[in-house]
Amino acid sequence: MSNFPWLTVIGLIPLIGAIVVAALPASMADQAKKVALGFSLLTLVFGVAAALQFKTGSTQQFQLVEQHEWIPQFGVSYALGVDGLALVMILMALVLLPICILAAWDDVPEGGKREKNYFALTLVLATFMVGVFAATDVFLFYVFFEAMLIPVYFLIGSYGGPRRQYAAVKFLLFSLAGGLVMLIGVIALYKYGPGGADGFLVTKLTGLDLPVAAGRWIFLAFFIAFAVKAPMWPVHTWLPDAATEARPATAVLLVGVLDKVGTYGMIRFCLQLFPEASQWATPVVLALAVISIIYGALLAIGQTDVMRLIAYTSVSHFGFIVLGIFAFTTTGGAGSTLYMLNHGFTTAALFLVAAMLVARRGSKRIPDFGGWQRVTPGLAGVFLVAGLAGLALPGLSPFVSEIMVLVGTFQRYKLPAVIATTGIILAALYILLMYKRMMTGPKPQLDRPVRDITLREKIVVAPLIAAFLVFGFYPKPALDLLNPAVKATLQHVGVTDPAPTSVAEGSSK
Amino acid sequence: MTAALPAALPAAFKAADFDYGAIAPMLIVAGGAVIGVLFEAFLPRRLRHTAQTALSLVTLVAAFVVLVTVSAQESHRGFTLARAVAIDGPALFLQGTILAMSILGILTMAEKFGGKGADAFTPMGAAIPGSAHEAAALRAGLSTSDVFPLALFSVLGMMLFPAANDLLIMFVALEVLSLPLYLMSGLARRRRLLSQEASLKYFLLGAFSSAFFLFGAALLYGYAGSIYLPDIAAAVTTANGQLEGLLIPGVVLVLVGLLFKVGAVPFHSWTPDVYQGAPTPVTGFMAACTKVAAFGAILRFVYVGAEANRWDWRLGVIAVAVLTMVVGAILSVTQTDVKRLLAYSSIAHAGFILVAVMSFDRTGVAGTMFYLAAYGFTTIAAFAVVSMVRQGGSEASHLSQWAGLGRTHPVVAGVFSFLLLAFAGIPLTSGFAAKYAAFAPAISFGGRAGVWMVVIGVIASVVTAFVYVRLIVLMYFTDPPVGEPVVAEVASPFTTAAITVGALVTLVLGVLPAQVLDLAEQSSQFIAK
Repeated sequence: MSNFPWLTVIGLIPLIGAIVVAALPASMADQAKKVALGFSLLTLVFGVAAALQFKTGSTQQFQLVEQHEWIPQFGVSYALGVDGLALVMILMALVLLPICILAAWDDVPEGGKREKNYFALTLVLATFMVGVFAATDVFLFYVFFEAMLIPVYFLIGSYGGPRRQYAAVKFLLFSLAGGLVMLIGVIALYKYGPGGADGFLVTKLTGLDLPVAAGRWIFLAFFIAFAVKAPMWPVHTWLPDAATEARPATAVLLVGVLDKVGTYGMIRFCLQLFPEASQWATPVVLALAVISIIYGALLAIGQTDVMRLIAYTSVSHFGFIVLGIFAFTTTGGAGSTLYMLNHGFTTAALFLVAAMLVARRGSKRIPDFGGWQRVTPGLAGVFLVAGLAGLALPGLSPFVSEIMVLVGTFQRYKLPAVIATTGIILAALYILLMYKRMMTGPKPQLDRPVRDITLREKIVVAPLIAAFLVFGFYPKPALDLLNPAVKATLQHVGVTDPAPTSVAEGSSK
Repeated sequence: MTAALPAALPAAFKAADFDYGAIAPMLIVAGGAVIGVLFEAFLPRRLRHTAQTALSLVTLVAAFVVLVTVSAQESHRGFTLARAVAIDGPALFLQGTILAMSILGILTMAEKFGGKGADAFTPMGAAIPGSAHEAAALRAGLSTSDVFPLALFSVLGMMLFPAANDLLIMFVALEVLSLPLYLMSGLARRRRLLSQEASLKYFLLGAFSSAFFLFGAALLYGYAGSIYLPDIAAAVTTANGQLEGLLIPGVVLVLVGLLFKVGAVPFHSWTPDVYQGAPTPVTGFMAACTKVAAFGAILRFVYVGAEANRWDWRLGVIAVAVLTMVVGAILSVTQTDVKRLLAYSSIAHAGFILVAVMSFDRTGVAGTMFYLAAYGFTTIAAFAVVSMVRQGGSEASHLSQWAGLGRTHPVVAGVFSFLLLAFAGIPLTSGFAAKYAAFAPAISFGGRAGVWMVVIGVIASVVTAFVYVRLIVLMYFTDPPVGEPVVAEVASPFTTAAITVGALVTLVLGVLPAQVLDLAEQSSQFIAK
């Protein structure tokens, strides 16, 4: 089975699923979501099977590799492979996919063709998500990176809320602008690489002896694209709009998975390919990360739209992730990558539970709620758990990663770590204030009775809460996968952890 | 002076050498065009549309087959017609591209939409718009089937243009390709005044640019004592400086004439008016094929004739490329008419192609040719779609009329969106592969100027992407306008075939471009001696 193209198959199953769903005859249109769910579960099964093939002790950077010539004239190969980080990201995406499909069960009540297209687009998006994390060819990565904008664009623009047009166009233009800037970097990188028919392979472009100036420019081109994607302050403005206008399931995939491509790209490409430039840019990046943490949190506190609030918490969380990445310590790196995993589940839980509440109330405005704890105690409970995960309560998984990021950053960069720590306090504020405003208080007078959490919704939420608890108490399986990847990256950068006792020289680069 | 002349004056008159195998495709097209004229004169009216369509298609297919099987053979490569025509890799690649695209062009021109004659063309071009004469022609069921031989003549000129190895043949080709296009632009069935205005503008400005070209050619002859591009190149390297003053003006004026044809800024002002006024199938044909032919001529002139002193004039062309990208992109934002929008987008694309041209490397030639092929097929299909969308029987070219098309006609809107994404250069469409093929050589070989051009090109791409995306928003996320419904006419198999092929090529060149890239790369060597 060693030659079985696992990654291609995992990518293809949702694509086939999309075609099947889109091609369902009109008489079977109501089956679309069931078929889509089936395909997403099948993909997950294959994903887990592939993960079992993965060996943590391997000396190769990438495993499950596939490589074929694609456009030899450009030096492009169809090359897939995963390290621990990519595998974890793919698995996270594959776990979230069926959850999102299940959560989106009644998203298109009118049914018919529109419903078919909705689920087909979601499955197409899954294909690109697998591809973007699995690509070990810079050009191929770029192709997936750009191509996945299109399904998201239609998912937001066709199925979103009242301002969906604005949100969709804004999302697309921000991403496209970032992506095209990266294209210049991609072209220029090849020029400095070894060239040839497979000159875009990551392994061939690692450890190049780039001229300092060129390396820094190309780093910038990549970093801008990833910063837009991640999203970091000040190029984050598309996210709140996209997240609030998109359907909750789309928002989960967008914020939980697609935005990870930004931070994933920083680790895989910025750090690995441009070690010198990464260190050169560190002060600015750390500053941006800290601003993102504080700014995102402050804006989250001020939001009255619950979806926008969750989007801003993500801006803050991505600040933490970037902070840990550019701390250049094993603890920070491992914390960031684990954060990427945990954040996927936290955001999913927050968005989806909030969406369940919004669907019942018919409004996204926080002031329109109040006292819902008495109406829907079950939902209030899971919302609280999701919120506590969002503020990194000890015992839930985000706590582990957030502490690791802060500790890892503190080893090398004291001041940013100290400022970032205030983000934790702000997180408690935005989550608890939101909970207080929505859930506590006198029982509201409702026009019609609302149901508490349904069975379907319980199935949606259960795996997410399970993930909080499992990775909160026992993050080792994930860290075992992530640690080697982080160590390899830091090796490429050429830094070692500062000695824990040396307090004085901690701030030297 | 006499010392420079002997190269141009043979000792004794010799008949020119004809390599019929090499020029057979052009001869076939010329023959088809002449027969088409005869058809027009002698066939009864009711047969003409069918006969002309069939004849044009057979001619073009035959020419394409001969090109691929005979002319492309190694033995037929080289100079022919007394060195006036060069059949080399770029010439063959571009001629093949022109032929393939003009087949699609003819298919769209033949569209009847259930009427008696070709739908896009006026029953009688000579009649004054709105006159009794015109009404009578309409009642009599006349149809303008003479567009077909005109198109064939134009194709002949286009094929000769990138193969022309001397400036006079290049000029002849320029006129042969342009004159029919001037006429065809004025033959629209609807909005005839706009169409005639377009025709007149195109003709007047085209005549100007031809004059520029000729004057430049005369100066270059004065400088080099020869009109052959390789001789001019040789003269540049060996010149004694006596007539140096003629060289730069000559090159610049010839370039002005050529850049006019591709619609580069500041020689672009005709483009939006002509694209809008001309019958839509003609616009598609002209946008795709003229661009291929004219860029072919630019490539040959620049790489064969004027390459040696490129440091003297490249800054000017770089400025033109930058202006073309920026102006094309920015002005496309303000457009409210689909055809004008595509016109400005074609201007921006011309700028992108110029970036590749200015890399001065074989890969730049290959990139240019790949871009031309990719862009051309997408363009023909896009204009064919535009010609199908109607409101109250006439083309719904105003953007507001396209609102909600994605709901009422999902397939048509879907195809058009895909083509727009290709224009925007989204990966997995030909537009992306083409953009990469054009920009990569500029970064690798274009020096600092190349990098800057690419940076500006990328910014311009984002701007144009906004325009295309807005159109997609309009089609999918906006409610249809009230009033008479906008419909997509049920197209005949002809238009359907053209759109299908155009969209398929757009997809294939995006997903699996290796074959065509390889062909372009192999065909990228000019013969210069």
